[in-house]
Amino acid sequence: MKEFMFIIRGGDEYGATLSPEELQAHMKQWEEWMGSLAQKGKLVGGQPLISTGTTIVGKEKKVIDRPFAEGKELVGGYIIAKADSIEEATEIAKGCPSFEWDCSVEVREINLMGK
Amino acid sequence: MSAEEHINHTVNHLFRQESGKMVAVLVKIFGIENLAIAEDVVQDALVSALENWKYRGIPDNPRAWLYRTAKNRAIDIIRRNKHRQVIDFSDPQRQLLHSEYTLTTVMDGYWQKNHIQDDFLGMMYACCHPEISPENQITLILKLLCGFSTKEVAKSFLTTEDTVSKRLYRTKEYFRKHRIELRIPSEQQIELRTNVVLSAIYLIFNEGYSSTHDNQLIRKDIISQAMHLCKSLLNNQKTQLPEVYALMSLMCFHTARIQSRITREGALVVLKDQNRRLWDQELIVCGSTYLNKASFGETVSTYHLEAAIAYEHCRSKDYISTNWNCILHYYDALLKIEKNPVVLLNRCLVILEIKGANAALQSIEEIKDSKVIDTYLYITPF
Repeated sequence: MKEFMFIIRGGDEYGATLSPEELQAHMKQWEEWMGSLAQKGKLVGGQPLISTGTTIVGKEKKVIDRPFAEGKELVGGYIIAKADSIEEATEIAKGCPSFEWDCSVEVREINLMGK
Repeated sequence: MSAEEHINHTVNHLFRQESGKMVAVLVKIFGIENLAIAEDVVQDALVSALENWKYRGIPDNPRAWLYRTAKNRAIDIIRRNKHRQVIDFSDPQRQLLHSEYTLTTVMDGYWQKNHIQDDFLGMMYACCHPEISPENQITLILKLLCGFSTKEVAKSFLTTEDTVSKRLYRTKEYFRKHRIELRIPSEQQIELRTNVVLSAIYLIFNEGYSSTHDNQLIRKDIISQAMHLCKSLLNNQKTQLPEVYALMSLMCFHTARIQSRITREGALVVLKDQNRRLWDQELIVCGSTYLNKASFGETVSTYHLEAAIAYEHCRSKDYISTNWNCILHYYDALLKIEKNPVVLLNRCLVILEIKGANAALQSIEEIKDSKVIDTYLYITPF
């Protein structure tokens, strides 16, 4: 089985408008989705990220005081899951609750470097 | 009672009631191999309760306060050990504790009322694993599920703290090695496994009920803990078996008579001389209710019969009106289940009442050779 990273973008502004109860209900969906992946032995891990940070650019290591992308492009978290193919991984990623927040999810296979 | 005494009292009471449940939930969270962490978290929660409440007063819902404190502490520990080998996150349920997407939601789930009850029972069955010796079972139950300190366990069994520590150590090693899981046994196993649990509860109860103790407080504490454990089994549909009701009933009948059984100086009063007005009628009614509920299913356990005997004693208004024939009938039934020399001996006393000394002596002849009798100190059943 191969490993894939789901890079989740956007949703930051939407999340900020929710009440604690709505947020709780939303997180319950994450529990269900990730729980079902874990039960099938397909979950490796994953974490949400806070929306501030720094970016260090280029050889001269120039530091920008914010994440690389903002708004709909801002990376809000990642999941690493196991799947046999990019098609299967894509199907799995479609279940991600972040779509409710109008996010986009990029599915990328982990590159096994060397032999 | 001063404010501080009141707080100490509340905390002690809560500790007896809640520490076992909290340990069980935390073991479920961290895994049985991290039992020590679970015990530490509970201890910490109690200490911070004492400190906090001293200044701010007891909160409206002290139990919820304790649970919340333990839960937050558990979250801290999970976060701190995320990338160490302490906690095994490979279990699908525990995998979700590893991600911040799911940690708090899953953690809340662990502390839901129905889960707490199930884990508490699961822990009880783990403590009473058939491969753990009965004395280790009850040591572990008192320590983990009843909130007894090592010192209190030692006092309860009239043994040294050192012995208790060794017992605890060995049993925890067994847990760790075999990765015993907390769960209520399957339907096929429930009867067998529950019998082991019931024996342990009855042993604990007898420890409080037996006259070897001069400390009334310890005895009452042990008795109420045994009844609390049995009641938890009755509160769950999967574990409310007829023999559980029967043991509960038996313990009610025994406890009802406890005031009349021992003089102020600590001497044992035989049934004939007991002041029946001291018997707790409310508990006798409870015992009868449980005994009625115990009468479903096809099994008649020793607890059923012992409870029936105790009921006969409770319902007769004085010693003379005791229905000895009926009691003899129960003893005969008991012997059919198990040829227990103590039961045989008690039966002799019943025969003495019905047929006189010669017949009683004759029935004693039958058991004279038994070794168990030599070690049995108290002939009277009550």
